[in-house]
Amino acid sequence: MSAFTGLLRKEWLHILRDRRTLFVVIFMPILQVVLFGYAIRTDISGIRLAFVDPSPDASSIELRNRFAATDAFRLVRVLPNAGTLDRLFASGAIQQAVILDDDFANRLARGLPARVLVVADASEPNSGSAMQSYAVAVIQGFQRELAARGGGVQIFAESRMRFNPTQASSNLFVPGLIAFVLTIISALMTAISLTREKETGTMEILLVSPLKPLEIIVGKVLAYVVIGFVSVLLVVAEARLVFSVPLRGSLLLLLGEGLLYILTSLSLGILISSRTSSQRVAMIGALAGTMLPTILLSGFIFPIESMPWPLRLIANIVPAKWFVIIARGVMLKGVGLDYLWRETLILLVMTTLLVAAATRSFRIRLA
Amino acid sequence: MRRILVLAWTEVLHVVRDRATLAQALLIPLVQLLVLANAATFEIRDTPTYVVDQDHTNASRGLVTRFAASGNFTIVGASPSPEAANERLLAGDVTMVLTIPRDFERDLVRTRAATVQLVVNAEKGMAAGIVQFYASRILVRYAEEIAPTLGTLAASTGSDRPPQRGVAQLDVRTRAWFNPTLDYRHYMVPGILVALVTLIGTLLTAQNIAREKELGTLEQLNVTPITRGQFIAGKLLPFWVLGMFELSAGLLLGRVVFGVPVLGSPFLLLGVSAIYLVAALGIGLWISTIVETQQQAMFVTFFVMMIYLLMSGLFTPIDSMPRWVQIVAELNPVRHFVAISRAVLVKGATFREIQQPLLILVVFAAVVFTLAVRQYSKRTA
Repeated sequence: MSAFTGLLRKEWLHILRDRRTLFVVIFMPILQVVLFGYAIRTDISGIRLAFVDPSPDASSIELRNRFAATDAFRLVRVLPNAGTLDRLFASGAIQQAVILDDDFANRLARGLPARVLVVADASEPNSGSAMQSYAVAVIQGFQRELAARGGGVQIFAESRMRFNPTQASSNLFVPGLIAFVLTIISALMTAISLTREKETGTMEILLVSPLKPLEIIVGKVLAYVVIGFVSVLLVVAEARLVFSVPLRGSLLLLLGEGLLYILTSLSLGILISSRTSSQRVAMIGALAGTMLPTILLSGFIFPIESMPWPLRLIANIVPAKWFVIIARGVMLKGVGLDYLWRETLILLVMTTLLVAAATRSFRIRLA
Repeated sequence: MRRILVLAWTEVLHVVRDRATLAQALLIPLVQLLVLANAATFEIRDTPTYVVDQDHTNASRGLVTRFAASGNFTIVGASPSPEAANERLLAGDVTMVLTIPRDFERDLVRTRAATVQLVVNAEKGMAAGIVQFYASRILVRYAEEIAPTLGTLAASTGSDRPPQRGVAQLDVRTRAWFNPTLDYRHYMVPGILVALVTLIGTLLTAQNIAREKELGTLEQLNVTPITRGQFIAGKLLPFWVLGMFELSAGLLLGRVVFGVPVLGSPFLLLGVSAIYLVAALGIGLWISTIVETQQQAMFVTFFVMMIYLLMSGLFTPIDSMPRWVQIVAELNPVRHFVAISRAVLVKGATFREIQQPLLILVVFAAVVFTLAVRQYSKRTA
């Protein structure tokens, strides 16, 4: 048995005998998919709505019924005046209020502009503006119908949500989740496992062995490639079976790109570990340095287009951004390499640069 | 008490002498706070839009101009070919395709109603819904706007039209309470700060005892007369100070750089932080007493943190989660602290309004601390 296969075997035993880590690494992705699939929603439903209607009549009741009929709203209060709104908002009993003018029906009938005020609790601005847009959409539907009755002009929008018609959040999150899980497993485990050898002094034993530096790195890392790959398979299978997330493109391409992304993250992990000597530093560097950026800057939850330009620039050096584009492309759009070659190339270049930087700073001599 | 302080002091020396850790622990949260507070928005500007105009009339051109002038859309391409539009959607460089079918103007004049097609790239999730809303708002406005001018258009196309009557109009105004400018940063800064401090604090403590186990120095501590409670308290104290410092520095930064409002009492918030940090760091120490190696400590911490962060209401609203998840989320200290800090800062809540989540935090801190103390055994197995 050569020294290299010996190293491979040793690394496997390390992983297999550390039951807790193995358990977490395998169950974490599975649990994440469940969480994201069931729990994490960016859309809003059941908004608690108060409807202030000082002088109810046919048209104001029609508007009220329109609100009650949509899933987005739950009509919890109908009030004759706006006096108690403050208290209701502060206690959280309502999230939004639609307030009609005193002479709403009167003005409408005479063709004068009738005022409607929509107030939302915007202490959480993202949901606040979404609530506003839902409410305005309902009022616009009402307005369009009024216009049609009065001989006004209507332009209908026939909308299609391409690539995710049901707007299921699991369809959007699964590709991002694959990136997230791979980053954590590959970058973190590699960084930790290499620095651990340094900290416990066993790195010296590896360094005096006939193994070349590259062989040490490959030997240490190969096991994590396998684990990362298994997690990709698990997540894709679970997404497919439990949440029926589509896989419109080629599975082979997705797995190949997954492998490429594993290599990118691994080389990031190697680079971190070659620059640090304690597990603590490697851990904070890898976890704190990758966890939030992967959540926030990859387009996983928040769209990159909405960010200010310095952040859009920074997002370009986050490998997860490119992998999320690729994974969504393959899974949701069903496109192939002819559309994704640019993103793939970027990942390839990143990996090469990271590997080069890591091998350069990996030293065979002790400081 | 002296024993606690001595142990805490050795811990301080450990951290202070390890420059890299210190720099990371202090800088990463503050830098990330500055950068990431800008990232968490669903606000959409300049949606790249492709126009397929198959009508080529005054009415269709007018509509395209309204889209371009709205500020929410940027027309990045136009052609009469749906195939070209589809190509751009697949390539991902346009988010919406607006198709104006042939006879758009004729339909408007004859039937006073017409249809356009909007295809939105729903890959972008919630952003897609907002884009659709912006677009339909423009359509309604445009319909109102051209209603009086349709007569002249009709004359040019030579068809008759129904007589114009007074059309009912609604004047819709919207107002956003508690955050009138809808500046999401006021909302995200406290949340991200909490997430970062929790992440770093829990990691450092979780790794702490595991490291002593790995290096064998824990045995030396085990033979000293220190009690279990003192041991845990001594380990907790330095990181508690670090966490308090970071929270205060981060809040100051948020106030100065982002203008985050401080409507409530900052001292109330610091008081709550003091309790919250015991809970967050206590979890780290508890993990640390259970695990054997630093690697395990890190992965268990990561596992716990991931659930905490995603169920904290920080990135996605808890209100829209299913009922059972909302119940589970009640057990999440991050969630309560995020809610409290947002309430105190943005809504100006006082002690009375936050007592319920505060009580949960106090109970949580006490339970976690007890668990950590009980879990820690001075005997080696």
